[in-house]
Amino acid sequence: MSTMTVEELAVTVRPGFWTRDRRVGAGAVLLGLVAAVLFGSLATGEDARFTLSEDAGGAALTIDGTVGAILFGMVAAAAGAALLAGLPKRWFVPLLGVAVVGVVLSFLCWQVSAAPTGQNFMPLVNIVRGTFILALPLIFGALAGVLCERSGVVNVAIEGQLLMGAFAGALVGTIAANVWVGLIAAALGGALISLLLAIFTIRYLVDQVVMGIVLNLFAVGLTGFLYERLMQPEAAKYNQPPRFEAWPIPVLSDIPVLGPALFRGNIFLYLALILVVVIHVALFRTRWGLRTRSVGEHPTAADTLGVKVLALRYRNVLLAGMVAGVGGASYTLALYTFSKNMIGGKGFIALAALIFGRWSPTGALLAALFFGFADQLGTYLGAIDSSIPSEFLAMLPYLATLLAVAGLVGKVRAPAADGKPYIKG
Amino acid sequence: MTDVNESGSPSPEKSPVGQRSGAEAVATVGEAERSAAGSASGPAESGGTPPGGPGAGLTDRDGGGQQLLRMFVQNLWSANTVTVTVLAIVLATLIGAVLIIVSDPDVLATWGYFTAQPSDALNASWAVVSEAYANLFKGAVVDPAAVQAWADGTGEWQPVFAPISETLTYTAPLVFTGLAVSLAFRGGLFNIGAQGQATIGVILAALAGFLLPLPPVVHLIVAVLAGALGGAIWGFVPGFLKARTGAHEVITTIMLNYVSFSFLAWIIVQNGVHEPGRPEAISRPVDGSAQLPQLLGSDLRLRVHLGIVLAVAATWAVHWLLNRSTFGFELRAVGANPDAARTAGISVGRTYVLVMVIAGALSGLGGANMVLGTTATALTPLVVAQIGFDGILVALLGRVKPWGVALAALLFGALQAGGNRMQSYASISLELVTVLQALIVIFIAAPALVKAIFGLRAARAARLSTSMAKGW
Repeated sequence: MSTMTVEELAVTVRPGFWTRDRRVGAGAVLLGLVAAVLFGSLATGEDARFTLSEDAGGAALTIDGTVGAILFGMVAAAAGAALLAGLPKRWFVPLLGVAVVGVVLSFLCWQVSAAPTGQNFMPLVNIVRGTFILALPLIFGALAGVLCERSGVVNVAIEGQLLMGAFAGALVGTIAANVWVGLIAAALGGALISLLLAIFTIRYLVDQVVMGIVLNLFAVGLTGFLYERLMQPEAAKYNQPPRFEAWPIPVLSDIPVLGPALFRGNIFLYLALILVVVIHVALFRTRWGLRTRSVGEHPTAADTLGVKVLALRYRNVLLAGMVAGVGGASYTLALYTFSKNMIGGKGFIALAALIFGRWSPTGALLAALFFGFADQLGTYLGAIDSSIPSEFLAMLPYLATLLAVAGLVGKVRAPAADGKPYIKG
Repeated sequence: MTDVNESGSPSPEKSPVGQRSGAEAVATVGEAERSAAGSASGPAESGGTPPGGPGAGLTDRDGGGQQLLRMFVQNLWSANTVTVTVLAIVLATLIGAVLIIVSDPDVLATWGYFTAQPSDALNASWAVVSEAYANLFKGAVVDPAAVQAWADGTGEWQPVFAPISETLTYTAPLVFTGLAVSLAFRGGLFNIGAQGQATIGVILAALAGFLLPLPPVVHLIVAVLAGALGGAIWGFVPGFLKARTGAHEVITTIMLNYVSFSFLAWIIVQNGVHEPGRPEAISRPVDGSAQLPQLLGSDLRLRVHLGIVLAVAATWAVHWLLNRSTFGFELRAVGANPDAARTAGISVGRTYVLVMVIAGALSGLGGANMVLGTTATALTPLVVAQIGFDGILVALLGRVKPWGVALAALLFGALQAGGNRMQSYASISLELVTVLQALIVIFIAAPALVKAIFGLRAARAARLSTSMAKGW
């Protein structure tokens, strides 16, 4: 990815022939060829097996490592060439997708075939499930961002909302010994940070980014302080949150690969997917959605038409906090006990997913899954002793977002009034 | 207060509380601030001459001493920078006290029967809170017991100055990152990337510190400059992207922070960098020839080192750059109104890049402080601590002015130093300091709230810039 930056910056300012599509296409061709040559030469003759189960057994998609690496690299290059040829605009996203997937597959063929003997397989069920689990907080966080920013309030406090949700869920869930109470508390915990964000940015006109950053630090400090004072000395009393069990969905859970990965999850997984659909529909098909978007784009016009701008912003920011709070609970009420600063930057990846997904719920979902996949891939590559350092894979979401906002891969535009306080007057 | 702020952006003072009390109230407001910052914002505001209409002058001449005193009290109680800052600190400590009480189950239990026996609850609460804050003070400023011991001849002189030394040790890097954020702020950029810039700075400084075989003084200079260079590179990227593609610096700097963090985690465990024979992620130590010398001898209790001197020098340099140099003028012009600056023939893009490079270099120096000083001598994943993020708070608290930043960094350094003692002596988590710092800045950022709470009269000076609110 980082090589692409340099490559493309060289041709940034050449309007006319070098449209954005062509530039991206040229990059894809280059990347595909590099993948074919480099990964192809590095891959071994071993078969790369992508098993449809959790281990080496069962049905598998098998391809010779070298052949696969070259083949998929060429596919990516071909997609890039098609872009370069100047196909109509609607082909841009599918072709870009093909190019990215091609490069990833080429890379995987190399890695899997070069793994130590006996480990030349990739269990797809694990990968897909891990991707979703790792993407969960990102999805909730990015949705929280969508709700906030579509109505014109920048939400840099996602990290704090997630953390507060995780903390409140763990604390109250433990005290009440009830997951549902914990879940509600988590939502309220996230909403607390949101409330502060709303009051200070909407009522007191504090800069929204400033407030977000400060609130993140505040949440880290507050939860860390209470953790050390309450939870650490008396973990049994304050930090043994109950867990949501997995709920397999009857028929769907028997689908190969997707079934075990997607339909044997816990409530948070289902909730995240449902929320994506609900927020998408609500945002683009309901009166509330239209008002939200108009307030985010042009609050003065919305006000003129009788929309209560500030009230709507308050409501959306609070809703966002609740969504993020639930996302934080997906840690403490399903996986782990609470620990200090346990969100560890996921809130900022969620912010990246929001931007990478262009402020839309479905885009945010896809971006979150992509970032979750990168994360899961890092774990997998670590397990097969890969030569690729996991730290570089950890950089991937951030570099991808960097490229996106720099306008190198598609245009990214925030809601017009995002970050601007509204003063009626 | 600053040129940036006065650039016609809507001010929060217009909120309902804002009941202006004529020119007199404004007269001496922010005088301390002005003399501290030496801001060159026009003849009307210079020195202690009361600006405003002729009314102000008349009051002054006719009133005499009593009048002056009344005016002083009035101004003290109007919402000027100093008052708001002090009250924000008071509010934050009050909330901190509540947190201490609430998080102590024993003390909380006494509140259960408050109506039956209020003294229990009050005494218990007072005991726990006063112990915490007393230790905060003893750890940050001076411990009376140590002074007593020194005066008696039973103790040495070092423990008396140890708290101050600790405070200054923590202050130095915060000055650099605070300046980095402030400088960019004045140029109209919100540099959240001080953390990342400091991280790259710390890496290059440490690498230069243990890889290059150089003679003592040269080695130190090279290592410090390497830190600045690392930060400058990391600052250049968002500046360049902003100038060329318009990519918002808030997003790019956040992303670069995390990239740099991963990079640090990676480079520590590389051959030649990783300390052989240590299982954990730690690099080789920096050579003695590249370490910043301690100022008060080699006593381990007095850790203050040359970094604080460099920090003061940097503060002066940034102050000069902002207020006396051509580039500083361009920078402020771009920060106030990029379109107008462009019309006036200033290259906005070049200014953005240069601002970010300088800001990055400052952050990088802060990072160098963390590994070349006495805080640490080797790279670990957490070697940079939070100096970049704290730098944002410091910059806001310092009202994005160089000397204000230095004072704010001093306060934060004191909180940090005192927090350490509070943690070990009163077993109150160090995290309380983070909460206090965040709360102070929250209240600073919303002076209207502080005014409403304390019923202050409105004044002009005490507001943070809202002109930054430009969105993504």
